[in-house]
Amino acid sequence: MDVQNFEPSMILAILPEILLLVLAGFVLACDALWPEERKRNLGWLTAGGLALILVVSLLVAVPSLQSRLVFGGMVQQDWLGFAFKLLFIFGAAITAMFAMDHAELGERGEFYVLMLVSVIGMSLMASAGDIVMLYLAVETTSIPLYILAGFMRKDVKSTESGFKYLLFGALTSTVMLYGFSLLFGLTGSTSLYGIEALLAKTGLLPVTMLVGSLMLILVGFSFKVSAVPFHFWAPDVYEGAPTPVAGFLSTASKAAGFAVLLRVLFVVFTPYALDYWPAVLAALAVVTMTLGNLVALTQKNIKRLLAYSSIAHAGYILIGFVSWSILGMTSVVFYLIAYLMTNLAAFGVVTAVSRVTGKDEIASYAGLSRRSPTLALVIMVAFLSLAGMPPLGGFIAKIFVFAAAVQAGYIWLAFIGVINSIFGLYYYLTVLKVVYLYRSEDDNQPLPVSRPYAIALGILSFGIILIGTLFAPWYTWATAAVTSLF
Amino acid sequence: MDFPVLSVIVFTPIVAGLLILLFPAERKNEVRVTALAAAAFALILSVWVYFSYDLAAGGYQFVENYNWLPALGISYIVGVDGMNAPLVLLTGVVMLTGVLISWGIDDRPREFFAFLFILASGVFGVFVAQDLFMLFFFYEIAVFPMYLLISIWGWVKTREYAAMKLTLYLFIGSVISLVGALAMYFNSGLNTFNMLELARVGFSKDFQVFWFPFVFFGFAILGGIFPFHNWSPDGHVAAPTAVSMFHAGVLMKLGAFAALRVGIMLLPEGAQTWKWLIMGLATVNVVYGAFIAMVQTDFKYVIGFSSVSHMGLVMLGFSTLTRDGLLGAGIQMFSHGVMTALFFAVVGMVYDRAHTREINELGGFSKKMPWVAVAFIIGGLVSMGMPGLSGFVAEFPIFMGVWQVQPIVAIIAAISIVITASYIIKIIGKVFFGPLSDEFEHHIGDVTALDKVALVTLCVILITLGVYPMVMSPLVASGVQSILSLFGGA
Repeated sequence: MDVQNFEPSMILAILPEILLLVLAGFVLACDALWPEERKRNLGWLTAGGLALILVVSLLVAVPSLQSRLVFGGMVQQDWLGFAFKLLFIFGAAITAMFAMDHAELGERGEFYVLMLVSVIGMSLMASAGDIVMLYLAVETTSIPLYILAGFMRKDVKSTESGFKYLLFGALTSTVMLYGFSLLFGLTGSTSLYGIEALLAKTGLLPVTMLVGSLMLILVGFSFKVSAVPFHFWAPDVYEGAPTPVAGFLSTASKAAGFAVLLRVLFVVFTPYALDYWPAVLAALAVVTMTLGNLVALTQKNIKRLLAYSSIAHAGYILIGFVSWSILGMTSVVFYLIAYLMTNLAAFGVVTAVSRVTGKDEIASYAGLSRRSPTLALVIMVAFLSLAGMPPLGGFIAKIFVFAAAVQAGYIWLAFIGVINSIFGLYYYLTVLKVVYLYRSEDDNQPLPVSRPYAIALGILSFGIILIGTLFAPWYTWATAAVTSLF
Repeated sequence: MDFPVLSVIVFTPIVAGLLILLFPAERKNEVRVTALAAAAFALILSVWVYFSYDLAAGGYQFVENYNWLPALGISYIVGVDGMNAPLVLLTGVVMLTGVLISWGIDDRPREFFAFLFILASGVFGVFVAQDLFMLFFFYEIAVFPMYLLISIWGWVKTREYAAMKLTLYLFIGSVISLVGALAMYFNSGLNTFNMLELARVGFSKDFQVFWFPFVFFGFAILGGIFPFHNWSPDGHVAAPTAVSMFHAGVLMKLGAFAALRVGIMLLPEGAQTWKWLIMGLATVNVVYGAFIAMVQTDFKYVIGFSSVSHMGLVMLGFSTLTRDGLLGAGIQMFSHGVMTALFFAVVGMVYDRAHTREINELGGFSKKMPWVAVAFIIGGLVSMGMPGLSGFVAEFPIFMGVWQVQPIVAIIAAISIVITASYIIKIIGKVFFGPLSDEFEHHIGDVTALDKVALVTLCVILITLGVYPMVMSPLVASGVQSILSLFGGA
């Protein structure tokens, strides 16, 4: 870092990360100092702290519309990074509330600390301006997540899940690193923006090598966003990992992958974009959503169902990438906002239910509408939003993505997307049928919902409906985030 | 700023529905009373809108226009004209009578009324929407509560199958239309979803011919057009009474109406090209639906297939693209809505007491429930197109329109009237007259006062419209005029 070029306003570019680190330290200290019986409050502390960081960032650290590189080109201060940081922080705050009453997570300080560290990593991923920084951020995100997935040490499935995630993650990240090294070898620069300038200037670079290196990089991010064929970890990991962690993996972690994909694809490879990328991404999108939806049809376990559904949603989001336009990118960001809220709500209900019943089978949701009408309503809102029904966020998000495809002339892709959403509707409705229609022997035992779940699910349901009805402000922010790329 | 009456109509049900959800589950009577109050309020406002529409001024009235997402040209625009004013009224009528008839529902009435009202809001929203995006938004809102209503409160034997079939059919239709709508939006280059502006664009002929089938048939699935009508009898039969009323009475009109407004009105040249196909399929609907209805032994399936047949007449009216045909189709949407709601109410009342719908096992019910028998006979006469009742007012212009375009089709379609008469008379004879078996003699009683109110309301509307068609014809005719102006003022 060039010391002469430092100016205090640069701090604002990483203010959320700094505050997150402070919060992590504070949680760690409280974990050591507080007596056992108060440890559950660490969840409130984490959630409250994250909410505070959200507010402070919104008040102080809003970037100007003019993007700039700071800290020697390591960090790009722009709207894209900022918008995603807020999203990650929000997701983590909700996850902290879901974890509080989880028997094996709630009173463990290290859980909250690890989660906060991975949020720092995600935030840096979203704003990294240099491939070295980017790689470090990816690892900062992933390593705590490997531990979190295997957090329940005495549970065989959880350890399996952690280990599987680690192996897949390590392998794909090595491949990605190889891609980065090729890119550096070709251009002699590690800065994303430096590489862009170089690529724009000279047409002499061998296209095959560039495309090849991007393919390798794509492997790393396909793993993160669980796009086919790098999706195999998702169902097993989601099933075994503690449910709040699975929710976090399927939302914030996935959003982080997409944030980087937006930046890398659009900044570095734009000059070569139109020749190759739409075709590759379209193939990826079609395979991802179709496989995700088809396999989801046969699932018996709700976490595995949500895993395949989240694979399918990665496919829908990729449609936005294919269209390669401002509308397309806006739809990606909008989709991620809606999807984060929706999927968190779905996993939140799963956590709240399995905490009482101890089961994750879809069949164990029978009679839920009698045992807890409120939870039944929330799962209905979440699943219908995933299925793309108004007046919920998922509907608007899907329309924007399909609109982007139609605008760019990919009408066939839009049709594949809508056909896929029919499969989606089928399995979401199947779950709702179990919730509302089927009866169980425990019909008369109310299913208690503790306060953190009530608050978090309330916020999420409200958010899902808000995004689905008053979508103009969200759309404007999403546009602001992506125009900083162009 | 005037009183935003249309928005109040659209949002009354959904607000009432959400309010109902906040009640404790065991306060069932409060739930019912709130539902009734909301339905009555919506109906009063729809009646008011219907009668205060200014015929002399014409065009869209009670218009409200708010920006929803200016960046993409999405707005919230509502308004009524001659085509949709009767349909708003119809929705209000069916909603109120549906609530009256569902008074006896005892399994989670809170959720039942809440879902029913979300559905009602969606329906109102589609009928008054002037913005294509808004139309889809409300269209989908109207589709999904159906699934829960049928699968939870429906007929145990087929409800899961029928509910899923229906929902998937309708969803497929709507998303296919959606792609067509998006294509129109981008092709116009106007950056607006406002349908009045899109109607003025004048898309190229190739574009219209290519996209018309997607848009029209996507919506027409909900209108029950052959060969995509299959979901409808199954859905009607499996649904609880109020939902069947809503479904056959209002939702199928939703499909037909959207096919008209988005398909025919925005892509008129496409409609000119494809009208023969629509006419052919609609004729199959009319005749084949009537034949199938005739051979059913289940009372409710008879009515279900008769809906397919009658909705075919609506589509047939559309396909003529003539003044008479469209006028008849417009009135038929209203008349059939009220008539079929009446039919399903009757079927529900009979089934609730007899616990069977097999026509051969029923008999002599006119002794036990005379009001119901009279109501069914009135509905039956409407269905046969008897002069003096609303069915005649609707069907006569349709046949006139078809005759002008293709006399042979009119003759074939007219066969359905005879078949309809045969199955209606068979039901009247077997179910309401004939011997009353001992089993029923002691176990069944008359319907409740609320049921009678609902029946009388529906019958009065059918008779009024039949005796004095001027309450509706000029209104619909003014709506037809604006459609025809899109075809070069034909």
